[in-house]
Order: sequence, then C-alpha cells, then structure tokens
Amino acid sequence: MPDKNQRIFTVSEITQDIKIILENTFSTLWVEGEISNFRAATSGHFYFTLKDKDAVLGSAMFSRANREIKFKIEDGLKVICFGKIDVYPPRGQYQLIVEKIEPKGIGAQQLAFEQLKNKLAKEGLFDPGHKKTLPLMPFRAGIVTSSAGAAVRDILQILQKGATCVDVVIRSVRVQGEGAAKEIASAVEDFNRFGEVDAIIICRGGGSVEDLWSFNEEVVARAIYNSAIPTISAVGHQINTTLSDLVADVFVETPSAAAKIIVDKKHALLSDLDGYKYELVAALSALISDLKNTLVALKHMLKSPLDRLLEKQQHLDELSVALNNHMRHCLSIVKERAFSLIKRLDALSPLAVLSRGYSLSMLAGEGTVIKDASGLKAGDAVKTILDKGAFISTVQEVLKDEQRKTIV
Amino acid sequence: MSKEKPSFEEDLKRLQKIVEELSSGKLSLGDSLKKYEEGIKLAQSCSQVLNDSQRKVELLMKKDSKFSLEKFVDEENPS
Repeated sequence: MPDKNQRIFTVSEITQDIKIILENTFSTLWVEGEISNFRAATSGHFYFTLKDKDAVLGSAMFSRANREIKFKIEDGLKVICFGKIDVYPPRGQYQLIVEKIEPKGIGAQQLAFEQLKNKLAKEGLFDPGHKKTLPLMPFRAGIVTSSAGAAVRDILQILQKGATCVDVVIRSVRVQGEGAAKEIASAVEDFNRFGEVDAIIICRGGGSVEDLWSFNEEVVARAIYNSAIPTISAVGHQINTTLSDLVADVFVETPSAAAKIIVDKKHALLSDLDGYKYELVAALSALISDLKNTLVALKHMLKSPLDRLLEKQQHLDELSVALNNHMRHCLSIVKERAFSLIKRLDALSPLAVLSRGYSLSMLAGEGTVIKDASGLKAGDAVKTILDKGAFISTVQEVLKDEQRKTIV
Repeated sequence: MSKEKPSFEEDLKRLQKIVEELSSGKLSLGDSLKKYEEGIKLAQSCSQVLNDSQRKVELLMKKDSKFSLEKFVDEENPS
C-alpha cells in the first residue's frame, strides 16, 4: 500500500505531468535514425518509426510540414529529423512531431533526383527499346530553349555553317527557375501538336546544378518520353546527367553538339550519295563492257553470208593473182626455150652452111638437092645455090666414082 | 515545309533500291539505262536538297491554342 504521505496520481494526472516534462524538455531537437513502417495517411499526414540498433521512436509529420519535402520518404532511409516530443494521452504514447526532415549524408535535392530517377527507370522511361531513331535528315528542327540564350545562337551558328538546308523553329521557354520545367514540358508537347518538325532539341547552355534543375523534373521527363517526334537532349554540362538526357532519344553534352549531329548527318548523306552515283556508273559500265564482250564472242560465232561472200571473193582474188603470176612464169620459161630452140635451128639450117663456102646443087626445074652424082648425066642443067646468089651450069661429065674428100 | 523535303527519304530509298537492282546485273540493257538515268537524277536531286541554302529560322507562337510562326530575329546578331 502507498505511504499516507505519498501522492496517488490518476492516470491522467501522471500522463499530464509526463507530457509537461517531456514536451518542455524536448521542445526543439534533432534526432537521427532510420525510417521504418512508413505510412502516408489519406489525410496527408505521414506516420513512421525512427529506429536505430536498440530503440524505436514513433514519429508523425503532418501534411502542413511534409508538403515541402522534395524527396520521397521510404523505409530504410537514414534521416535527420527536426521537431519536438509530443505526448498523446489517449494512448499513453510519446512521439516525435517532425517539422523538417533531411536525408543523412546526401543533399535532399540529390536524393530527390535519385529517387525520381529510380522511379522513372522502373516505369521504363529510360528503356533503350522506347528510344526512337532520328530521321535520316531532320530538315526542320524544333528547339526548346530560351530564344535569348547562348544555346540557340550556338545551334544556329553551327547550322548556318554546316547545314543551311535545315529550317529551325524555336519555342522559347524559360530554362531555369520556378515554372521553367512546366514551360519546357509544354513546349515539347506543343511541338508534337504543331507536328511540322522532324526532331526536337531540348537544350540550354551550361550552368550550376541548380540552374539545370528544371531539366530534372518529372514533367519534363514525361513530356520527352511521350513525344512522338524524336528528341535530342543537350543540357549544357558535362558532369551530371539530367533526367531529360536519360529520357531523350539521343543525348549530347552541349547544344553545339546537338547541331553537329545534324551537320554530320548531312555530310554522311552527301558522301553516301556520291557512293551511290559511283556505284550506278560502275554497274552500268560493267554491264556495257559485258555486253560488248558477248557481242564480240557472238560475232565470231555467227558469220554473216556477206562476210562469207567477201571472204570467198578475197580468196578468189588471191587465187587469180597467183594464177596470173604462174602464167607469166610459164610463159617466160616457154619463151626462153623457144629462143634457144631457134638458136639451135639456126645452127642446123642448111643455109647456114652456105655462108661457110658450101653450096647446094639441084637439077634446074626440080627442088631436090643432088646428093648422088649417079643421077646426073652430061648436059643436065644444074642450079647451084651459094651463100649469096646462084648460078645455072651444064654438067659436062659425071664422075661416079669420085670419092668424097675430107673437107676442111 | 519546302515541297521536295518530305520525299527526301523516299527518294533516297528508291535510289538505294535502284543501285541494288543495277548492281545485281540482272537487268536488260534498256532497263539498266532507264534505272541509271533515274538513279543519277535522284542522287542529284537529293544532293541538291542537302546543299540547299534557303533556311528559315522561326519562332513558334501559341495563342488560344493556335500555332503561328514568326520570323526569329537574333537581337545580338541581326542579320
């Protein structure tokens, strides 16, 4: 039993005292712990438990306070909370009423970025399979940026130098600060409604992480994801990748690089076209030379009757020339032989003997040369032919036995 | 949008097909000559489109959800 002097509290009284002591002692404090049992009630209030190795602390963050949180609170997250201890008599429980919450070890913005990135990744916004290919040649490029910024000038300059065939349509937006993300997202949607561009370049020049933050916002990421027109993200920076980069079909580090993609496409196409021209010429020449060869081969195989006639004529001409030559040759041989025969005949002619002093005698009135004296009788008239001239004489006496003497 | 630009990709595809057909060597001389002529014409018109220098720079304006285009004047570089 309690001492008579000892006070007996009612539950309400003691709870009220605890409430006063606790709430006065811990009216402002920082607590570090890990989130568990997180629950967002329909009222908009957050309820969770902060815990560490050995203890837990029930916590509540009312909607008025949690509206400002950039990142998403989830179980397992290590946080530092600012707030006060509150005792809730109906349950006899104390809890931490959280006014501010910061992720531990990492900036709230960075965490928000990582969380949103993970969420969008899970939804498939960065899927390579969803990425569209740029047109072969974007002849009309839409640009989402500030019309007063350096980005648009960089792009126009490069296109002016390298690809004047490209028309440019600019949808001017704010690229940083409150509301910029919404403008950027709307501009992407506007281009899709407008329809008459082949590609959309979403860009801005370099700046701090905060300056570029609009390109990390969910509306921008979703607008780019939903664009039916291929997108190029070119948010001028080199270290961090924005969500717009991750979602866009193509991403480059600077607006200039985006313009260069288009210029490069043009040059590649021009050299392709040269290649095609060359191939056309080569293919046709090959065909023609093939046909020529075939034609020559066919010509050899197939002689025309005219060709044959000509060939025969030529042969005939050749033969007739040969014949002529042969004839001439034969004639000259015959001629020569005739000459030598004539010479020999000359030598054999009796008339030739006359010139050497011989003479021929015949009975006058007869043509027969007298070779035998026995046919003669005295008184016969004899005609004697000499080399030059002739005479007629009368036989006086016949000498039958007179022997022929050797005539020298 | 200038008239020949939308047909650029089609022209290019057609050209690629012609090059393929002609290179196959399966066409007659008459067909080859026709395709050659068409191909060279396509290649030239495509190159011409790429070398076109008549570019326009415009601002997309929106009023009462209607779009219009305005000439863009670069204040730092009015040309």
